[in-house]
Amino acid sequence: MQQYFHSVTLDSDKCKGCINCIKHCPTEAIRVRQSKAHIIKERCIDCGECIRICPHNAKKAVTDSLSDIEKYKYKVAIPAPTLYGQFETVDDINVVLNALKAIGFDAVFEVARAAEIVTLATKDLILQNRISFPIISTACPAVVRLIRVRFPGLIDNLLPLLSPMEVAAKIMRKTSIEKTGLKPEEIGIFFISPCAAKMTDSKEPLGTSKSEVDGVIAIKDIYIPLTKAINKLDKDNLESLASAGRHGVGWALNGGEASALTDDEYISVNGINNVISVLEELDENKFRNIKFAELGACTGGCVGGPLTVENGFVADTRIKSLMRKLSKYTMESNMPDIRLEDVLWTSKPEYFSIMKLDDDMEKAMQKMQQMDEIFERLPQLDCGSCGSPSCKALAEDIVRGKGNEMDCVFNLRKRVQSLAKEMINLDENMINFKYEE
Amino acid sequence: MSDIVKTLHYDVDPKDFDSVGEASGKTKNVLRQLGFPPEVLRRVAIAMYEGEINMVIHANGGTADVEISPKQIKITLKDNGPGIPDIEKAMQKGYSTASEEARSLGFGAGMGLFNMDTYADELNITTKIGVGTTVEMIIRT
Ligand SMILES: Nc1ncnc2c1ncn2[C@@H]1O[C@H](COP(=O)(O)OP(=O)(O)O)[C@@H](O)[C@H]1O
Ligand code: SF4
Ligand code: SF4
Ligand SMILES: [Mg+2]
Repeated sequence: MQQYFHSVTLDSDKCKGCINCIKHCPTEAIRVRQSKAHIIKERCIDCGECIRICPHNAKKAVTDSLSDIEKYKYKVAIPAPTLYGQFETVDDINVVLNALKAIGFDAVFEVARAAEIVTLATKDLILQNRISFPIISTACPAVVRLIRVRFPGLIDNLLPLLSPMEVAAKIMRKTSIEKTGLKPEEIGIFFISPCAAKMTDSKEPLGTSKSEVDGVIAIKDIYIPLTKAINKLDKDNLESLASAGRHGVGWALNGGEASALTDDEYISVNGINNVISVLEELDENKFRNIKFAELGACTGGCVGGPLTVENGFVADTRIKSLMRKLSKYTMESNMPDIRLEDVLWTSKPEYFSIMKLDDDMEKAMQKMQQMDEIFERLPQLDCGSCGSPSCKALAEDIVRGKGNEMDCVFNLRKRVQSLAKEMINLDENMINFKYEE
Repeated sequence: MSDIVKTLHYDVDPKDFDSVGEASGKTKNVLRQLGFPPEVLRRVAIAMYEGEINMVIHANGGTADVEISPKQIKITLKDNGPGIPDIEKAMQKGYSTASEEARSLGFGAGMGLFNMDTYADELNITTKIGVGTTVEMIIRT
């Protein structure tokens, strides 16, 4: 079976077993057992909800550190446009890009520029009738993973294009080899990321067999060195590194991808729970007039990512003001040397059912029967004290062999009460016995 | 062997507009847990949702019963509404008697029965004017 990599993990020492996280996971992937949280790895889509909610900072994302770039001879940064909104003093994207070079990167290429290439490729696919509606954006890896495990009926609606991160990496691998004459493996391409899901996407990409991204550095981990570099920069002598226009930078925000593509007939939805309800409706054919659905797991779009520093709404305002200084019309000009065929998916994500109770349907039906019976015996309060997110989930865990009816505190209390009663009875019997003596 | 049948029952309440689609949505989740293939889930969800909607906009609600076995899913939708005077006509693409109000809510495209016929392997409608309508659909796996 396939190996599952996921970026979000638990710091056991910090976890207090407080169960705050279990109800917030959209795929019910978290259980608390023996006072520690566990993530069921096949179910985790790396949305980062649990990172946001944990009051003890026990949930973290595994990402690379800035020192990892030293493993490579030629170091390339590909920043997500979200990065531009993190700094209070920045009013020119070139400042951020020059600062990246100042902290050790040899070259920088904007993922926002690659986003424009994806928009143009999407337009081509639509023009050539090579895609059916409604198209679902594949920019958010958490959403693509959610669809793969929960909405198999929508896999065919996924936009079959590499993400802007992947496109940027592909371009930079090629141009860096040409420029330096180095071997491909001597070039290190690092995505500067607002989220954990992109890390997973670089380790286990969907739609392509191997990612061109060598490492993923969290925005929050690069924020301090970058801020220092920004402060030291000679702002009058900046190298001109920015190439993305208004449309590409807008991808960081909710609705950015869709509005770069079309003026109407789209929806853009953000926040993982909203996304789930829209996917349910899309799956049931309920939106008949929608052509494009931009779906993002984080509230407000990528600016709301769990690995960012700045408040997502503040970052949104800053990015909008940076965008106003950029042209709307640069998308088609100075196109990097890349064809539609280079950005198409080479494989389709496969359905992986995380819900089914058993591979054998007869057995699944028996298990469901047992599950219903167990559920009837539970108090149905969904208190979470057992460590499962709901009474239904506990019943399911029990039939899967991952739980016990006595995990329920109410069942346990009943049991203890009845044991206590038995003891009293026993004791009384013994007293009677004594009297008889 | 396959005499295990899982049954589901739902009351479809016409007044609670928020809950429209709940019966078909819950049914889909159960089928997902039982491991039915995506294509079956989709057919059941679409056909059942259309039937559920019809009970709400044309018949003042009703009941939905589902019998699941590994080979087939049988859906029975029963209402005590006005009945359908001309089934053949009602089945036609685009035919609808939906009220202005229902149309303003996005219903009444006249595609419901047509879709149910397309997505279900069997569709049986029994109806009596003034008494009610029973729609039975079978979806084979
Ligand atoms: N359960 C029902 N009770 C009474 N009439 C119904 C019922 N279901 C369908 N009909 C009639 O059949 C017509 C066509 O139904 P349908 O194809 O679902 O289209 P729509 O619901 O959009 O009108 C309805 O307009 C209505 O007159
Ligand atoms: S929220 Fe979850 S991970 Fe954090 S301490 Fe509580 S149980 Fe542990
Ligand atoms: S990252 Fe999201 S899917 Fe994964 S365990 Fe946390 S809340 Fe659940
Ligand atoms: Mg209808």
